[in-house]
Amino acid sequence: MSVELDVFVVNTTIMDEEVYQLWLDGYTVNDAVKVRMEGGVLEGCEASAEVLHSDTMDQYRTFQMCERLLHSPVKLANQLLFQIPPHRQVMLIERYYAFDSVFVREVLGKKLSKGTKKDLDDVSAKTGVTLKSCRRQFDNFKRVFKVVEELKGPLVENIRQHFLLSDKLARDYAAIVFFANNRFETGKKKLHYLTFQDFAFCAGQLISNWTVGALDNMVEDMDVDLEKEFLQDLKELKILITDRDLLDQHKSLVCTALRGKTKAFNEMEANFKNLSRGLVNIAAKLTNTKEVRDFFIDLVEKFIEPCRSDKWTAGDMRLYLTHYTNSAHVLDTFKHQVVWDRYMGVIKSCILKMYHD
Amino acid sequence: MPGKLKAKIVAGRHLPVMDRASDLTDAFVEVKFGNTTFKTDVYPKSLNPQWNSEWFKFEVDDEDLQDEPLQITVLDHDTYSANDAIGKVYIDIDPLLSSEAATVISGWFPIYDTIHGIRGEINVLVKVDLFNDLNRFRQSSCGVKFFCTTSIPRCYRAALVHGFVEELVVNEDPEYQWIDRIRTPRASNEARQRLISLMSGELQRKIGLKVLEMGGNAVVGYLQCFDLEGESGLVVRAIGTACTLDKLIPGTVLNECMCVCVCVCCCSLILSGMGSGISVGKEAGPLKTLLRQQAQSALEQREFPFFTLTCFPPGFLVHIGGVVSARSVKLLDRIHNPDEPETRDAWWEEIRQEIKSHAKALGCHAVVGYSESTTICEEVCILSASGTAAMLNPRFMREGCLDAGGSDQRLSRCGFCHIPYDEFNMPFPAQLTYCYHCRRQKVPDVLFTTIDLPAEAAVTGKGCLIQARLCRTKKKAQGEVNATAISNLLPFMEYELHTQLMNKLKLRCMNALFGLRIQISVGENMLLGLASATGVYLSALPAPGGIQIAGKTPSDLSYDQHISTMQKRINDTIVMNKELYNIHPPECIEEVVGSPIPDRQRSRLFRSTSESSDELSELDLSHGKKDAFVLEIDDTDAVEDIQSLLTDAPMPAGFYSCNTEVMPGIYNWTSGLQMFTSVRVYRLNNANLTNQGLNKIFTDLCENLLKSLYFKLRSMIPCCLCHLNFTVAVPEEELIQVRRHTPKNTSPILSIFPRNILVRSGENEEQLQFSMELCGESTSSNNQPTAKASVSSVDYGSFADRCSTWLELLRLKAHTIRRGSVKTSRRTQSLANSEVRSRSLRSTRSLPCGAPVTVVKMTPLSFLPMTRIVKYLGIINMFFIRETTSLREEGGVSGFLHSFIAEVFAMVRAHVAALGGNAVVSYSMKECVFMENPNKNQAQCLINVSGDAVIFVRESDQEAIPPLITSGQTSTTGADGTT
Repeated sequence: MSVELDVFVVNTTIMDEEVYQLWLDGYTVNDAVKVRMEGGVLEGCEASAEVLHSDTMDQYRTFQMCERLLHSPVKLANQLLFQIPPHRQVMLIERYYAFDSVFVREVLGKKLSKGTKKDLDDVSAKTGVTLKSCRRQFDNFKRVFKVVEELKGPLVENIRQHFLLSDKLARDYAAIVFFANNRFETGKKKLHYLTFQDFAFCAGQLISNWTVGALDNMVEDMDVDLEKEFLQDLKELKILITDRDLLDQHKSLVCTALRGKTKAFNEMEANFKNLSRGLVNIAAKLTNTKEVRDFFIDLVEKFIEPCRSDKWTAGDMRLYLTHYTNSAHVLDTFKHQVVWDRYMGVIKSCILKMYHD
Repeated sequence: MPGKLKAKIVAGRHLPVMDRASDLTDAFVEVKFGNTTFKTDVYPKSLNPQWNSEWFKFEVDDEDLQDEPLQITVLDHDTYSANDAIGKVYIDIDPLLSSEAATVISGWFPIYDTIHGIRGEINVLVKVDLFNDLNRFRQSSCGVKFFCTTSIPRCYRAALVHGFVEELVVNEDPEYQWIDRIRTPRASNEARQRLISLMSGELQRKIGLKVLEMGGNAVVGYLQCFDLEGESGLVVRAIGTACTLDKLIPGTVLNECMCVCVCVCCCSLILSGMGSGISVGKEAGPLKTLLRQQAQSALEQREFPFFTLTCFPPGFLVHIGGVVSARSVKLLDRIHNPDEPETRDAWWEEIRQEIKSHAKALGCHAVVGYSESTTICEEVCILSASGTAAMLNPRFMREGCLDAGGSDQRLSRCGFCHIPYDEFNMPFPAQLTYCYHCRRQKVPDVLFTTIDLPAEAAVTGKGCLIQARLCRTKKKAQGEVNATAISNLLPFMEYELHTQLMNKLKLRCMNALFGLRIQISVGENMLLGLASATGVYLSALPAPGGIQIAGKTPSDLSYDQHISTMQKRINDTIVMNKELYNIHPPECIEEVVGSPIPDRQRSRLFRSTSESSDELSELDLSHGKKDAFVLEIDDTDAVEDIQSLLTDAPMPAGFYSCNTEVMPGIYNWTSGLQMFTSVRVYRLNNANLTNQGLNKIFTDLCENLLKSLYFKLRSMIPCCLCHLNFTVAVPEEELIQVRRHTPKNTSPILSIFPRNILVRSGENEEQLQFSMELCGESTSSNNQPTAKASVSSVDYGSFADRCSTWLELLRLKAHTIRRGSVKTSRRTQSLANSEVRSRSLRSTRSLPCGAPVTVVKMTPLSFLPMTRIVKYLGIINMFFIRETTSLREEGGVSGFLHSFIAEVFAMVRAHVAALGGNAVVSYSMKECVFMENPNKNQAQCLINVSGDAVIFVRESDQEAIPPLITSGQTSTTGADGTT
């Protein structure tokens, strides 16, 4: 005797959140049953593994049927196939679009192409996230990317409206889309210590300060791309390092302000020119798309690593960057105050976020 | 030309991509009614087309209005090749024909394709302008209301109950016509769907005519069935109870509507005068006979004094005799002339006569809770009918005695249990005692019925679901031989099912069964019997005796020991069950009176089997000379019985189940309800199974299904599964073949051993009660049900602050949301329009969640707890076929059926919402036929669902709810103590 067919359909769809998570995590039905057994669902019920298996199958089928709808969450609200209470819909969507930070760290900044998708089995092996789950997450990134790529208006808002995600998740997706679009390099060994949240924060900074949409929400262009004019203007900052007088003046201003306030003062003074050159060079190179990709690696190599080897504390860093930025305003011959602020504001918060072990 | 049908196609959404090149669709719509077709313009390159068509007007006879569905076909325009169909929507416009039901159909309908399932949605508006037709000889019956509900609908009162109406229409099944060999599966399925839709329309119209003839205006307890007889045709038949219903003025309390008297007959014979003179419960023998004669003569005016109702106004039922059933095995032959369905009519006529005579033998003049069913296996067909023989109150038989009765007399809480027959001239041996409630009248010791527990009945403890399951092997045979074999087996099956029921009833210490439903299905080499009922302890009936086991060979010592351990286990179980169901009847002196053969088994089940040859064999179900409760262990059957008795798994704590509408002994319902359908198919591998082996397997299947339900619904504890409706089928080999126009009919590889048993528990209902103490300590809580009931209902009245768990919170949220959407349902249309229009191509679309989808509740119950039904919008009766040629890709048979059932639910909900409703009551899945051919990667499934679309409002702010039922039953324990 064998079970040929076994279905259970309800009018108001019942979903077990635990099973949903197992499904999302890419467990097979059998593995999910095992996990549930170990979790002790059967305690208190006179049910056998068979019952559990059939229940798991039913739920998996329901999720599979829902998956098509979850691809465009707006549809989920006005589809007729499943009667799902709104709060459940929210849960379904939020969990479906949730991702593993270890996984996202691997694909962040990569092109969301077929080639990358093919390599997912390596990613899966490396991260321990099941291939199925990797694929779902990757497809989610790609789907969101495709939809918002050509939309006007604020990125986060677009994502939130089209995918009905929470603000937090929408921001994360904005970061992923932004990284994928600009192809920032994140995989180098030197960047390994950075978490997805570090990058997401930086992306948020870049999106809200350096893109076209940053200044004017109404502009036609999207805010997945950095503003060309701004990048062009950044070249002007070079004067800070090419003009000897200016460099010296800047150094003395910063040193005067810092003196006595930090233990690392000597190192700061000694390294000032190097560090300043590093930051300004990064700015000047950003017109080149290739260099944009190396933005984070440059920040680490040119600035963070030297400071770290000099054992600056986070407080030192903040102090230094604050004075470094502000002192430039006092320089008489330096005319690019607006661009400088726009540049340094982002750089400062990024570095502060990235300056940890 | 008395009617004008108007339809407008507004928009579509979520359409499938039909043009691979552009990933878009050029959709247009064909609207067809009868032979007239209109088309909308093509809306190019969009998956969300906005047709906004003009009003398409059809001028038609109201006869056609009743028969025909409005057919809407969505197509993809193709310049070079034929247009591709996306899918169809059939809209039954019957609800628009009654002045009191819906006035407009408007909403989003899923576009359904028999091969691909739901493919997007379409927004349609339909209206009907009816002109009054005073032609006496008209063929239409517009305005007659139909209800699936088997009680008087909640917002009506019955002015008159006219009685039984039946009709059947036959036709050739399009699947078996020659043309089917050359047309596509899609065309064939659509032809079938359309034909059945037409046939049920016609059937409804004809029944309506009969009702009008009788002077009624409604059919209650309308039960429509399909017999897919294969080669020999397609039969659609329906039965119902004709009534004259008056709409209650809103605001009238429910109780009043329950107290309305019901007139059984329009005949005004000698009845006036008699009624008032007799007080129920006191009449002596001769008077009773007289009474019966009068009632009979009144009812005999009509052919069949049958009522499909299962729930009656109090006082309507005087006495209940017991279950009457009749089965007949027939050989099918081709229906030669569809316009003269005489053979089928004659068959049913025969069976109904039999039922009538059984009822008469029980001293009853009417049959209530009447239903008919068939089971077909190749050319053999078993027709079955069953009901409960009953005496109806002659007081109610006068015409126009509307509110006069009922209220003046205190409702008798035991009257219906009293025997209707003459105790000295009993139709079968029975053990009689004086009623434990009133001490005046005689009652039998057990009572089996097919109706719901009368609201006024005095019950001790709680009820529970009782099932008897049986498998019988049978030799493979053809034609007449097969039919004979089956009809020979039937009496034994019924006997055994009956014994099983009886034993299980005793084991649970109960003495009455309600809602008994026995289903016997035929397979090629086995017969399956499944009887389900709700057991209760009626306070008026004597306490059931225990079960004793006896061995025939008492010499063996170890054997004796074996018996005594068995006996002990049984006794323990009885004690445990008493505790579980809270049955603590007051101690009474046993007095057995007036039974001629007191030590015999008393059987309420009167049945017979007749074969095609019209030979009638009556069978007394008494157990010969043995006492029923002595099970002899030498008997292999008895061993089996005991096994099955003891293997029934107890329900997990917090669960209750029954197959009637209300669970006896539980009164604190909440409005959180959930309807589910579960289908299982098993394949039996070993060919040579014995009866016992099969029985074991079958029992396990049913038990497993129940266990599985309990597990799935565990989060809703405490929870009651109401109206559990089990259906079994043994699909035959040949049906495994999906399409017939494939070269060969049976592939030999397939038909070696496989055997499918389809266990379906459709229309199950579970209800959740959370605001009361029942949770956790179910055993103790029932001691004072009165207090509980009132507490819970009050609690619920202010149902925001009692939520103590997360789950409840969720529920409540869902409620509020639902309530909100009720209000918006009417606006859905316009909202959707404006919303869609504002959604220009990309960028600017703000994409709101769209118009909220109306939440539609579905329930097999005739009511929704904690709510009041304010309007009945019309009957929902839909038939769907789904087929696939890519079974594996759709997730195998389970995936296929799962999505199909979900789709059917969705379509039912959409239709109800379009009528302006927010719930379906008395929902049932009448038919679910599944066929597969895994080798060809194909499967086909047919589903028929029906129910009543209604609008309900929450009673949250109204006074305490469970009206009569609570007041009638809760104080039983106390009342019993005093008598």
